[in-house]
Amino acid sequence: MQNFPSLNTNTDTNLQSELSTLNLGPTHPATHGVFQNVLQLDGERIVSGVSTIGYIHRAFEKISEHRPFYQITPLTDRLNYCSAPINNMGWHMTVEKLLNITIPKRVDYMRVIIMELARIADHIICNGVLGVDTGAFTGFLYMMEYREAIYEIYEEVCGSRLTTNVGRLGGFERNFNEIAFAKINKFLADFPKVLKEFESLFNRNRIFIDRTKGVAPVTVEDALSYSWSGPLLRAAGVDYDVRAMNPYSSYEDFDFEVPVGTSGDVYDRFLVRNEEMWQSLRMIQQALDKIQKEDPTIFHADVPEFYLPPKEEVYNNMEALIYHFKIVMGEIPTPVGEVYHSVEGANGELGFYLVNDGGRSPYRLHFRRPSFINYSMYADMSRGMLLSDAIINMSSLNVIAGELDA
Amino acid sequence: MGTLTNEILLQQVTGKFGDKVKLIGEPYGLMTVEADRDQIIDLLTFLKTDAQLQFVFLTDITAIHYPEQENSIGVIYHLHSLVHNVRIRIKVFLPDGDVRIPTATVLWNGANWMERETYDFFGVDFEGHPNLVRILNVDDMTVFPMRKEYPLEDPNRVDKKDFYFGR
Repeated sequence: MQNFPSLNTNTDTNLQSELSTLNLGPTHPATHGVFQNVLQLDGERIVSGVSTIGYIHRAFEKISEHRPFYQITPLTDRLNYCSAPINNMGWHMTVEKLLNITIPKRVDYMRVIIMELARIADHIICNGVLGVDTGAFTGFLYMMEYREAIYEIYEEVCGSRLTTNVGRLGGFERNFNEIAFAKINKFLADFPKVLKEFESLFNRNRIFIDRTKGVAPVTVEDALSYSWSGPLLRAAGVDYDVRAMNPYSSYEDFDFEVPVGTSGDVYDRFLVRNEEMWQSLRMIQQALDKIQKEDPTIFHADVPEFYLPPKEEVYNNMEALIYHFKIVMGEIPTPVGEVYHSVEGANGELGFYLVNDGGRSPYRLHFRRPSFINYSMYADMSRGMLLSDAIINMSSLNVIAGELDA
Repeated sequence: MGTLTNEILLQQVTGKFGDKVKLIGEPYGLMTVEADRDQIIDLLTFLKTDAQLQFVFLTDITAIHYPEQENSIGVIYHLHSLVHNVRIRIKVFLPDGDVRIPTATVLWNGANWMERETYDFFGVDFEGHPNLVRILNVDDMTVFPMRKEYPLEDPNRVDKKDFYFGR
């Protein structure tokens, strides 16, 4: 808190200046979610602010202590619902790490495809909405069509769109079909043109630059002190990306770059997210190439004691019925231990701290939610800022209410 | 600057703190040590500021409740040395009636909300915290809901009893 300036507005005692209080939120069209900030305003300048959160707190950590591992996946959907597959797979990988399950390469690559698509979908929303908040609606509508294309790929892969619940412990519940691959290829062919167009609408746009450059700059020291991660930390100039530093799901096989900014302002965050979309496209293409070399029938690890068998197998095959029963009733012993696993969520380091006592559900599960931790700086950094700048600053933090509150 | 392994890290920590910091284990490669609350800020400061270690990134603060233990509330810190890409987990166990621990906000601003969340759910009193109030739950809540004695749902509900489902 000592890092940010405070405004003393009452230096001139002759002037009868008075501060006004503004409730920004809990529901406000400009905040894109349930966020309340009680701001003290001196004209249009913010003197101080208090963030109130918790409006959609759903006690996921408590519920998790009463649910078997595979039933926690749908809870993780509802953290960052703009990129639910990353949460799903981060959770799967956490449990797989606990259970020492080795995942086939093809499954890893399939996961990379879905996770990178999710990252693109998330960045489309964030950067598109940042455009809307600075007064440019076109780019948002233009890109939004391609989030729909990504959702159609999800639909083909797992059947649902927003809260995907994609995959199972050990892999996927079904193989990618040909339509899915066709849709992914079509997306890879079409989206680069759109992203290029989007960038040319914004990157050198005078109005956009005036609204974003130099707004809410964050130093490396502040970013690290507030435990920022993800695109925000990278925009400030720290090249910390979990995919590069602690590769999971075979990210070490991929050739990609970690974009970093210099000033940490809104404009840098925008550029970093755009560049990450390009890198994600590269990774998806590489994954598609790598998948060609793998056995096309493999879509999950061979772990019958944890991987839920398909329903037709359950009805027709005795072993599958037994395993189905044992998994659902939680009769398979799990190792006692604790594991921390983190993945690079769209907003930063999404961590799962799982303490297991050998039962069917976790003894304790804690989510390290990047939005929650990134947002803690918001009230402090808004001090001295114009209200209109604070709005686009919140927009570029990409705080997702579900991930904020858990 | 050589690579930092868990062995070197342990030597550094025990060289500085002796037997006041105990090694618990290395589950899944993540070194876990236990300290007590008198040492915790010194330990965190040492890890953060030591020129060789540089654990500058506070990944998370959370807590865990073991009702059957004498020191039933455990506060758990995850630190990350971005330079060496090594993580460390630190646990501090606190007795049930005296759940106090010094705040880490003196070292990291990010500890502010993490500690508020931990207070909100486990009732850990972080001494010296600038604003230790509830963050996710309603302000007039009287209990600390992540402690094990609090059931997930109202135990007086009957509509979810098993006999309604033939079990």
